[in-house]
Amino acid sequence: MIRFVLVRLLRAVITILAVVTFAFVVLRMSGDPAQVMLGPDVPQDAVDAFRRAWGLDQPLWIQYLAYLKSIFTGDFGVSMRDKASALQLVLERVPATLQLTLPALILKLMIGIPAGVYAALHRQSFADRGVITLAIIGFTVPSFVMGLVLVLIFSVILGVLPSGGQDTWVHGVLPTITMSIGGIGILARFSRSAMIEVLGQPYIRTASAKGLKWRDVIWSHALPNAAVPIVTIVGFMVGSLIAGAVVVESIFSWPGIGRLLIVSVSNRDLAVVQCILLIIAAAMVMSNLVVDLLYGWLDPRLRSHAAH
Amino acid sequence: MASVDMAERSQLAGWLRGSISSFRRKAPLSVAFGIFWLAAMVAIALFADYLRPYDITAMDLTSRLSAPGALRHLLGTDELGRDVLSRLIQSVRVSLIIAFGATVLSAVFGTALGFAAARFRGIVEHLVLALADFQAALPFLIMSLAVLAFFGSSMVLLVCLMGFYGWERYARIARGLAISAGAQGYAAAVVQLGATPARVYLRHILPNVASTLIVSMTLTFPEIILMESGLSFLGLGVQPPETSLGNMVGFGREYLTRAPWIMLAPAAVIMLTTLSISLVGDWLRDKLDPTVR
Amino acid sequence: MTALLEAEELVRIYEVRRGIFGRPSPVRAVDGISLAVMPGETLGIVGESGSGKSTLGRMLLGLDLAQAGEVRFAGSPMPRNGTAEWRAMRAKMQLVYQDPLAALDRRLTIAAQIGEPLQIHRLVPRQYQADRVAELMEAVGLRSDQAGRFPHELSGGQRQRAVIARALASRPKLLVCDEPVSALDVSIQAQVVNMLRDLQERNGIGMVFISHDLKVVRNIADRVAVMYLGRIVEEASSDVVFRSPQHPYTKALVSSVPVPGKPLEGRMILQGEPPNPADRPSGCAFHPRCPVAQDICRTSSPALRRIGDGRTAACHAVAGETASIETMRRMA
Repeated sequence: MIRFVLVRLLRAVITILAVVTFAFVVLRMSGDPAQVMLGPDVPQDAVDAFRRAWGLDQPLWIQYLAYLKSIFTGDFGVSMRDKASALQLVLERVPATLQLTLPALILKLMIGIPAGVYAALHRQSFADRGVITLAIIGFTVPSFVMGLVLVLIFSVILGVLPSGGQDTWVHGVLPTITMSIGGIGILARFSRSAMIEVLGQPYIRTASAKGLKWRDVIWSHALPNAAVPIVTIVGFMVGSLIAGAVVVESIFSWPGIGRLLIVSVSNRDLAVVQCILLIIAAAMVMSNLVVDLLYGWLDPRLRSHAAH
Repeated sequence: MASVDMAERSQLAGWLRGSISSFRRKAPLSVAFGIFWLAAMVAIALFADYLRPYDITAMDLTSRLSAPGALRHLLGTDELGRDVLSRLIQSVRVSLIIAFGATVLSAVFGTALGFAAARFRGIVEHLVLALADFQAALPFLIMSLAVLAFFGSSMVLLVCLMGFYGWERYARIARGLAISAGAQGYAAAVVQLGATPARVYLRHILPNVASTLIVSMTLTFPEIILMESGLSFLGLGVQPPETSLGNMVGFGREYLTRAPWIMLAPAAVIMLTTLSISLVGDWLRDKLDPTVR
Repeated sequence: MTALLEAEELVRIYEVRRGIFGRPSPVRAVDGISLAVMPGETLGIVGESGSGKSTLGRMLLGLDLAQAGEVRFAGSPMPRNGTAEWRAMRAKMQLVYQDPLAALDRRLTIAAQIGEPLQIHRLVPRQYQADRVAELMEAVGLRSDQAGRFPHELSGGQRQRAVIARALASRPKLLVCDEPVSALDVSIQAQVVNMLRDLQERNGIGMVFISHDLKVVRNIADRVAVMYLGRIVEEASSDVVFRSPQHPYTKALVSSVPVPGKPLEGRMILQGEPPNPADRPSGCAFHPRCPVAQDICRTSSPALRRIGDGRTAACHAVAGETASIETMRRMA
């Protein structure tokens, strides 16, 4: 088990390092970092000072090490628009994003998993068809279409919900629904197929043949085993709590990380973009790590695979 | 294993032989619709120049934001009086070209890396797997946005960028299949005949894994369409005066209240196209390759 | 006359790990084997499963690397696996597999596969390739109308004929057959073995014929080497081995082959468990199953010695190092 945890930790560290390196390479390839980070209207002595401070007169590998050092000490540079610390700008926006993604995640879990399990237990029923249809919508309707159609119906035609802004909780309703519909469908379909697969296993038949109540078979045998694959997709959803709202925030003018990213990309505010990139990757890697460890805990067979 | 493969193979051969006659019996209505829709989209993309009633930038200032239904502008016009139908046709072409180019690029790139991992093992394999981890750690939309921020947007960059979408899926599949093919004997037997690695991989392993790879292409293709239209919707993908499906939705959004048709027409095309590919892809998957979920 | 193929003190050790935290334990699959094959000669290699005979076959072809020792083909050492010279050498030495279905590509016709060595080694101009393939198919007894068939459309025997035709396409000097008929119906085994012998004699091919089945080996081999847990325990000409086996293991194997018209009584039945290569007994590896084992057999491993009329054997008893020669006589 220790070996398993260590292997996974090492992989997580390597992945983070790869993302940092990616950011470094792209940053260097796209032009003079001094110009890029400071902006075009900065006096020459400031540029020189920046070069010295960031060691841009040094060989590339020293620059790389210096870059690593600054990243891991939390120095992500300065936003060229606001002249404020990029990290601070980004962190300010995190709560707004979580205001959308956390309720959406809860909706997905509370509706998606039970719906999928119910559909698996009542195949070919009305609910089952509904789950499949919702899953197809989740796969085929892009969130920007979903969002705009909801706005068209509820804001333009019915006029009951606001189409943008962040003033009250009512403003969060449409973006949250937009984000959850597809996820509910995907999670439901996933839970459904995981459950169906588990129900077909011999140990379920054995358990019910032993005379256990069907309800007990479901709760104590089927669900825990179906949970293993479901954990993966939930982990992915948790990992994208910060990253998953880019499009939706942009539709509903919600001042979260996603909107900051779009604005920064349009303005080529590279320090901020890079900071968002790294924070999102870190969140993703963390949740992958947790999922992996949880997986190992839920399914002991995987531990031996990792050790080999 | 071998006998299962054999059965599958003869099944495939039989399916190909009698495909036309039995198609109507076997394919459900939804799949027939999917195939019809995709064929129509491909035809539109190929003959866009002949099908477009107007030029995509031709403005008809006398009839701006006119509603669909009129004979002159079947799907209405936008805020500058440009014909929505003409722009839609061009958008289908642009979006399909990007998605097709990117799917092929990603399949070739991923398969090559997967084969390299299977052939050399050791350090190369670890490198490929680490790259796949990296790809999985960064949501693709975020990575694309970052790259577009650094380099600006152009058509070539967009195709290349989208070409990185899903490569890790092909790499994993190709690596796994190549390793098991090598263990299965026919590949080892050809190596023993003195064949070069290129011959072993291109003439023997690739044809044997092709059906699985094609099936995963049907998974990637609609996702790339969605990814590109998402980027274009955000104004960071295809740039005006060129137009794409997502780009049209993005600009149509401004006129959601006054002229929803500008946005609804391309949105419907996106949904129907991705839906069709999913339907046909699922059906193909069941037909070709029961081993892939 | 120089030997076509010589192997000297070949060693191949696998690391086998038991369980997740188990210590890797070495399995000596091939443990110091030397042998030689003359041009046009057939050497039979006999042993139970796990005796290392398949690994030995692959090492003789240079497919598996020897960790110690050397394989020489026509007097020169084997090039490194995977190099261009190594690949070029494949034309001169070929392998016939136990499972022909696995050895054939399911997506190519057998004609295409039989012709593949011709393309790989550029042996025949493209326009004559079909003729050469037809000739090969006829030589192995396949009908010309089967050229366009796929492997799964043929019977097991026909598939093996296709594999043999492919192996012969480049006119090799050496053919290693690894259990070529054990996956086939008994009724077809003899046909395929006879065909192999004809082809081998007609083309003067040196052959290594690996099998667990003594009857088959007796039918085809000029000389026979008996393997037990990675070592050769007895080697002699085919007639000698079958007429008067010396090593107790060989005796047991020979006596287990039914001979028409002879009663089964007096057969020597092997006792004990079949050998586990990962858990090799001390001393003579055969001693736990040997009816004549003495104390010396438990502690010291017998060397392979020459014991008259072109025969070698590795047994303390045979070499007269125990007091049990009388027992051996009585058994024989």
